[in-house]
Amino acid sequence: MKHIIRTYLTAVAGFVLSAVFPALSAAEPQIVHSEKSLYRNIFVTEDGDQRCLTFRRARSNTRQTCLRIGDPGYLVFPYARMMMGSLYLQPNPQHILVIGLGGGTLPMHLRDVLPEAVIDAVEIDPAVVKAARAYFGFNEDARMKVFEEDGRVFVKKAIKAKAQYDLIMLDAFEDDYIPEHLLTREFLEEVKSILAANGVVAANTFSASGLYPYESATYAAVFGAFYNIKSSNRVIWAQRGYLTPRAKLEENAKALETPFEKMGIKAPYLLSQVSTDQDWPADSLVLTDQYSPSNILNGR
Amino acid sequence: MRTFAILAVSCWSGFMLMALELLSGRILAPTFGSSIYVWGAIITIFMLALSIGYLIGGRMSLTTPRMAILCGLHLLSGLLLLPILAFEAPVLDGIFEFTQDPRAGALLASTALFFLPAVACGTVAPYAVRLLVQDSSRAGFYAGLQYFFSTAFSAAGTLLTSFYFVLILEVNQILFLLMDMTIAVAAFSFTISRTRAA
Repeated sequence: MKHIIRTYLTAVAGFVLSAVFPALSAAEPQIVHSEKSLYRNIFVTEDGDQRCLTFRRARSNTRQTCLRIGDPGYLVFPYARMMMGSLYLQPNPQHILVIGLGGGTLPMHLRDVLPEAVIDAVEIDPAVVKAARAYFGFNEDARMKVFEEDGRVFVKKAIKAKAQYDLIMLDAFEDDYIPEHLLTREFLEEVKSILAANGVVAANTFSASGLYPYESATYAAVFGAFYNIKSSNRVIWAQRGYLTPRAKLEENAKALETPFEKMGIKAPYLLSQVSTDQDWPADSLVLTDQYSPSNILNGR
Repeated sequence: MRTFAILAVSCWSGFMLMALELLSGRILAPTFGSSIYVWGAIITIFMLALSIGYLIGGRMSLTTPRMAILCGLHLLSGLLLLPILAFEAPVLDGIFEFTQDPRAGALLASTALFFLPAVACGTVAPYAVRLLVQDSSRAGFYAGLQYFFSTAFSAAGTLLTSFYFVLILEVNQILFLLMDMTIAVAAFSFTISRTRAA
């Protein structure tokens, strides 16, 4: 009897302890690098085979990039697979612009698929570029360069230089902070003006906040109908006034099957999430340089 | 009543200045981005303008300080918002043509658009202190009172603009509102300081 009570008490104590200190029972991610940059706190953490780039707090849920150390070709985040899926619309872009570097995942995977393409990556925070190089295997090459500046300034300069891109990826938003000047009608017009006639814009945005109808209306105002892919994130695939038909997407997906397989991208699943339905109110306000309270709206 | 009028000008001057500073970031962002350099340039130019305004206002208070002049300086700071509304786009485009560097560009653009209204705001503070002080033994007390009201309203101007105004109004509508209110406060303060005297 005594033995049973003791066993019981030990079990109860263990349960209470693990409830009060959950950290004791779960393995903590190790911080392998931390830096205070001009814009934020940057952490690189490791948890088993997974290495992640995190902003602000080391143990926040807002991970920017994750890498499988033993399998760097795999895309850990669904959003990154959704962004890469924009190649279904235009499978052979030769000039690519990526705004927002993070760990460099998107440029590196684009380079894997497109060895000849010119890739310009733009990142405002030099410390993020440093971390991408040191911990996430990001390497520039003769045709892949990173520009340390504000994305909007880069686009304005590209307009002046009459540059044209076949694929433009917009990935400059953090989980809880949006550079508001990168989500306005005027900015998207500028992006559209450096987009080749058959070019594609892929944008990583927000799926479930008060901002959703506003950002939807803003993209629709500039690009017309677009492909909308929603899971925990939301990715928009847009083109200049037309959309590559669905049958063509499926055809292009077949050609990309081999390089996409190791990234974990499965065309039937990804394409099943793609929609052109307008699931926001028709009278939603368009965000402009004059009216862009995106962070307030995103908090709702 | 005269003290109330002086403090009303001080309050709104502080409110308008910081609301303008916050909006200046939004005005510059489409051209020069919102990197740390742009905010650094904006704050530098506002501080420089204020410091020069303090010198000018203090100097002006040496000769026959009058309520009408205080209200005039405040009115001027409001009217100087008009060039921002009128010339913002060509000024920003012109400076971007001249330099694409966010540091030089933001410094030039802040100077062109915000320097003069910020100087005018700066002149108000020492001039208001001079009008408040009747007896030099209480000079520090009145200076503290003026700083308190103008700075507390600066806090309010920052908070209301960043949390609420940008959600319900466009940037230029907020600038118009600030300008109209500045003109109204100048006229109101001038009027009530007169009625008491009469």
